[in-house]
Parts: sequence; structure tokens; C-alpha cells
Amino acid sequence: MTPTSTPKPKRITDIGPPNYEKFLPPVIKRNYGQWKYHETLAPGVLCHVAESGEKLYTVRAGSPRLLSVHTIRLFADLADKYCGGFVRFTSRNNVEFLLTDAANIEPLKADLAAAGYPVGGTGRTISNIVHTQGWVHCHSSATDASGLVKSMMDALFPYFAEEKLPAKLRLAVACCLNMCGAVHCSDIAVLGVHRRPPKVRNDVLPRICEVPTLIASCPTGAIRPATVGGKPSVEVIEEQCMYCGNCYTVCPAMPLNDPDNDGISIWVGGKVSNARTTPKFTKLAIPFLPNNPPRWPEVVDAVVKIVEVYAAHARNFERLGEWIERIGWPRFFELTGIPFTRYHIDDFKHAGLSYARSAHIRF
Amino acid sequence: MADENGKPKTKLLDELEKGPWPSFVTEIKKTSDVSPMCDDLMGQLELSYEERKGHWKHGGIVGVLGYGGGVIGRYSDIPEQFPKVAHFHTIRVNQPSGWFYTSDALRTLCGIWERHGSGLTNMHGSTGDLVFLGTKTDELEPAFAELTAAGFDLGGSGSCMRTPSACVGPARCEWACYDTLKLCNDLTQAYQDELHRPPFPYKFKIKCSGCPNDCVAAVARADLSVIGIWKDDIQQDDKAVSEYAAAGLNIQKDVCDKCPSRCMSWDGGKLTIENRECVRCMHCINVMPKALQPGKERGAALLIGSKAPIVAGALLSSVLVPFVPAEELLDTIQELVKRIWEFWDEYGKNRERVGELIQRVGMANFLDAIGLDPAPEMVSAPRDNPYIFFQKEEAK
Repeated sequence: MTPTSTPKPKRITDIGPPNYEKFLPPVIKRNYGQWKYHETLAPGVLCHVAESGEKLYTVRAGSPRLLSVHTIRLFADLADKYCGGFVRFTSRNNVEFLLTDAANIEPLKADLAAAGYPVGGTGRTISNIVHTQGWVHCHSSATDASGLVKSMMDALFPYFAEEKLPAKLRLAVACCLNMCGAVHCSDIAVLGVHRRPPKVRNDVLPRICEVPTLIASCPTGAIRPATVGGKPSVEVIEEQCMYCGNCYTVCPAMPLNDPDNDGISIWVGGKVSNARTTPKFTKLAIPFLPNNPPRWPEVVDAVVKIVEVYAAHARNFERLGEWIERIGWPRFFELTGIPFTRYHIDDFKHAGLSYARSAHIRF
Repeated sequence: MADENGKPKTKLLDELEKGPWPSFVTEIKKTSDVSPMCDDLMGQLELSYEERKGHWKHGGIVGVLGYGGGVIGRYSDIPEQFPKVAHFHTIRVNQPSGWFYTSDALRTLCGIWERHGSGLTNMHGSTGDLVFLGTKTDELEPAFAELTAAGFDLGGSGSCMRTPSACVGPARCEWACYDTLKLCNDLTQAYQDELHRPPFPYKFKIKCSGCPNDCVAAVARADLSVIGIWKDDIQQDDKAVSEYAAAGLNIQKDVCDKCPSRCMSWDGGKLTIENRECVRCMHCINVMPKALQPGKERGAALLIGSKAPIVAGALLSSVLVPFVPAEELLDTIQELVKRIWEFWDEYGKNRERVGELIQRVGMANFLDAIGLDPAPEMVSAPRDNPYIFFQKEEAK
């Protein structure tokens, strides 16, 4: 190397995220692991009390998850104004401001309300809806996640801002069967579904896809090799396809978007917490509703109905799935007015485990 | 498509700016001054709303030099119509443990993304990463250089280890049975190579929840679920119990009757807990946080194998190690993960998650492979079928 050459700056890799300790407010550093108890002061406002007697106030605000840099800067400014520049986000995409001065709670809430970010989502509420990318950014989506979330949260807003439910109610949206997000274990899950097999694009498939990987991607073995026009391709056994879109993820020559047949299914009764009962999967409530943007009225009405029936009938602390287990599925379908169909009876692996194998029958 | 001011007409999306919940449409619109990509994103999204179908393709290897993950390639399927989002790749930025930030760190991230991308983000993605939503291939390296200079790095994607995540833990929760933030950070740092260069048949996720309330859904979404529990007795403050009763809590109905193992009794003045029968569900502690607390001998249960449906069906994690003391968690997990990855690497099929592999080969074979003894905590009940495959050395 000649002495005159400017060395290229060293490329930094594999450093991992910044250490979280840099981002903890002093009150947390002082009381780390020494919290004694907490109480809810108002919906969206928590107070954690440390063994030392110090108090930490949390103000939780809802967000659309898809955030502009302008909004993030607004949150940063509010954090500077009210909490020494410290802020965090939750596993359900809410933003949380961490305060030491209780006198700042109401002014912060007022600023958040003025900017359009509502406070709530703690305790017996519907917190923010965990969701996926949808038409905003995903290739396999059967619907739009953000639009569904916005439409449902507008309709369910009082349940976010006030504690009106028997227990917490966790909603999730996934725009296809991949279910990015804990959709399969939510109280109510809204799931985008395709209903027709992929259309094989034999013109481009041999050039852009690896056939063995494509065949292996199918959960039901519905894809088999075929020679089309003298070139290696695949065919789909239509009766075996359940439209998951996994093949499209590994091979772009298997598109399955179909406006007339894509739509929404609704699932209920899942949970991840161990409180009282063990974690549960969601179960099918409604196999299909149409995609009806921008407001999806059929989906919103169905979800609101389920929430209202649950709120009116469940006991204190009973999650949606626990309530259904107590009253039984026939009564759930009766109370909600949802028809029970052939699609509700499982026919995949281990389906028999969900058959009613007793004479315990309610009338 | 465009009206006088050069912005796309978005009659359907404009509907979603009404109502009390904050609007993602407003977020995209107000980012228009950061990047013209946002206008074409709005245009294409409006078309999706009109036609009721998506317009994205994925695929094509895009990323930063030396990494095999962290960037999701995304392309419009109608680039002639929306050239500014012809390329619209996602960058996954590894979040700090527990999603804590300072306002300065957030502003730094905003500045980087304003210079090199659309200015749109997800705070955060489903796995936990901070998601930078939408940029062009030639902006990836400059964005990455600025990110690492600011102390941030990319998260996982594809067949990489995925970005671990953790609940708020001891930073703000009296129920944290171990230091979720530290464990998450330590594991993330220990597995930088696996996070950035895909070594596996498919993804591998670790999630750290501090107690059985499981605020990061570890039992549903992590190949290795670390769920805090305690081993000794629930800490009980009788005076505080009485205060709850005096304040109107129906301790019989709302606490004792809800206990899954019926291990509590209330005689109107004194709450008695039969701790040997407690399953550590958290209900009583959740209802009376001032009176009851997890015990002092704290650690975590390790559970294995959960996942969403694709490919072979959704799974919940199941117990692998019933209890590991808090101070031994990092070493124990690293040793176990090494053995699990070795077995998975050798026997896992392409795109087969660890949970699916266990379903295929059987838990007993899996335990043999990783050198763990079977324990009754691992099953809800012993087998009820007589189709036992005895091992050759056991029968003469």
C-alpha cells in the first residue's frame, strides 16, 4: 500500500443490535428486576411500583404499525417532552411512553389524542390487532391486512379505549395461510383464504423454478412432475390442493390470486397465555366471507357480533375460548347465528381427535 | 391515474382515513415528501383495492454483501404502470431487546431510511424486527453501511435463524422469572453467523417470555420457546389478600374457582395454596398482583417446536426441559441448540421446521438424538396405543 492511498473504511458486519441497556430510562436501570406490583390507573395507563417505592407510569397508545418516519419523529419529540427521551414498542405494535412524573400523564394523553393516536389497550380491552402485510407488501396475500385492521378497529374502538370486556380479547389478521403473526392462537383470527388452485405458467416455469423444491413445498402432495410442450413442468391435482400458496412462495410461476374466489375466514377461541387454561389454537367459525374493500362490512359485522355476544355472556376473566368450552360449540353457533357447515369438521391429519367422542351433549 | 397535483387518485383508500383508529393510509400519504415511491405505492394499492388482488412478486436474490438474509426482495408485477415501486424491497433491522429506544436512536433510524428508502416502516414486524418497508436494490448497501455505523444490524430471513425477541421482562414487570432482555440479547449476539448466513433446512426462532402469560407468544411461534417459571412456593402477602377482599374482589369465585388445579382455598379470612399442586398458570397472580408473586427460585421451562401452519400444519411447542435455573439458561440453551441443530441439519427435509421433524421421527428418537432423558412433564399423558416399537437391545 502506498502511503498516499486512502484506506477504504472497514465494512462493519455481524455486530447485532445495540445493547438494550443503552435505551433503558434511569428509573428502570435503578429498579431493574425489583418491581413489586403494578396497577391500572386508567385504560392505557399503568403504574409499576418498585421495592424502592419509585413509580414508573406507562402510557400506551395504538398505532397502525405501518408508520411514517414523520410519526416516529413525533413519538420521539413526545418522548423528549415528557419522559427524558425514552420510548418503547410492544409485542402488539403499540407505542409506550415511560414516565416518572404522574403530572405528565394527562398532557401526554392530550398531545397523543390531538395527533390521532388513541390511548388504551390494557387490561380487559381489545388491544391493537397483530397483522401482516397484505396488499401493501406481500406476494401471497388473499386480502389486505391493514385495511381490515383499520375497519375493525374503527368499529371496535370503544373496546380499545375502555375496559368493557370479561377478559382481554386478542385479535389478529393474516392475509394467507402462512399466518405471519400469532393468528392461530388468537381469541379472534381473521384469515385471508384462496379457494382455487394455482394456475401453472408452463411458459416460464422451467426457466425460473426448481421443480423438486416446488414439488416438496406442497403440504398435501398435490403437485407432480409433468412434461408440457416437451419441457419439464408440473401439474396440480386439484382435489388435493387446499390453496395455501406455499408453491407460489417457492415458485413465482404458480400464481393463485383470484379476485372472485379469494376472501376471508374467521377463527375463534385461541390463546397463548397459560392463565387458567392451557394455550389453544383458534377454531373455524366462518369458512368464507367476500373480500369487500375498502371497509369489508361483512367481516366487520361478523367480528363485532362475536365480540358483543361474548361480552354479553362470558363470565369474569373468561377468555373467548374458555367461554365457548364452558357453554359448548352448539351454543356458540346458536348465540352468534353463524351456520355450522361441512367445512367446520376437520378432515386433515388427526381429524378424529376433534370429533365428539362422548355422550356429553347439551340441549 | 394522477390528478392535478401529481398524486394518485385514491377514492377507495381515502375512505380508510376516516374513523377513530389511526390510519395507515394517512401514514403513506404523509410520507410522499420523503420519496416518490410512496405515490406509486398508493397508486398500486388503490388498484389492488379496485381489483381485489395483490400486485407484488417476490424472489430474486437481493441482499447486502456477505449476508444471505435480512432483505426480502419485492417487485411490482405491473412495473410499467408503477415504475417507482418496480423494486420495493424490505430491510429487516434487528430490534433492541424489548423494543426499547431513545428518541435519538429513533431519529437516527428515521434519517437513514429517509436517505435510502421510502420513509415507511413497520414498528414492528411479526417476528420482532424493525421493518424498513420499500427500497431499491442499489440503496441496500448504503443503507446497511449507515445502519452498522449507527450500531444497528440486520435481522434474519429465509433459512436463517430468525431474530430472537423478548417481552419487557425485568425492565418493567414484577413477574419476570429470568432476565428476558439479557438472554435475548446474548443469544442474538451468539448466533450472528446463523442470523445472517442461512445454514438450516428452514427458519429457527427463539422467543423469550418472562412468565407463563407469554407476552411474546413463544409457545405458539418459536421453535425454541423460553417461558419463565418458578419452582418454589408462590410468594403470598396475607394482608394484601385481605385488602383485595375488602375492596370487593370475590376471592372464592374469581380466584379459587378459576384455579385449574384447584390448589387454593379461601375461608373468608385466609387464602391457602397447596403449592405442590400449583401448575403455575398465573391466574391468581394476575388478579392479585399486590398480594401474590412468583416464587424466589426462578428460571424457565424450555419448550420445542411451535410454528404456524405451513408446511405440515400448525403446532404448539411442547415441554423439552421442565425447569432450568435462571443463571444456567444461556449455557443450557446454547448446548441444547447445538445438538438440536446438528440433528435437524442431518435429518431435516428442505423447509421442514424442527417441530415437524419431531412429529415425523417421534419425540423419543429426537430425545435420543439430542441426549435428553424422557420425563413425564413432556407429555399430557402416556401413549394410549399398544404399537410400541421396542428397541432391539431390550428384547432377546
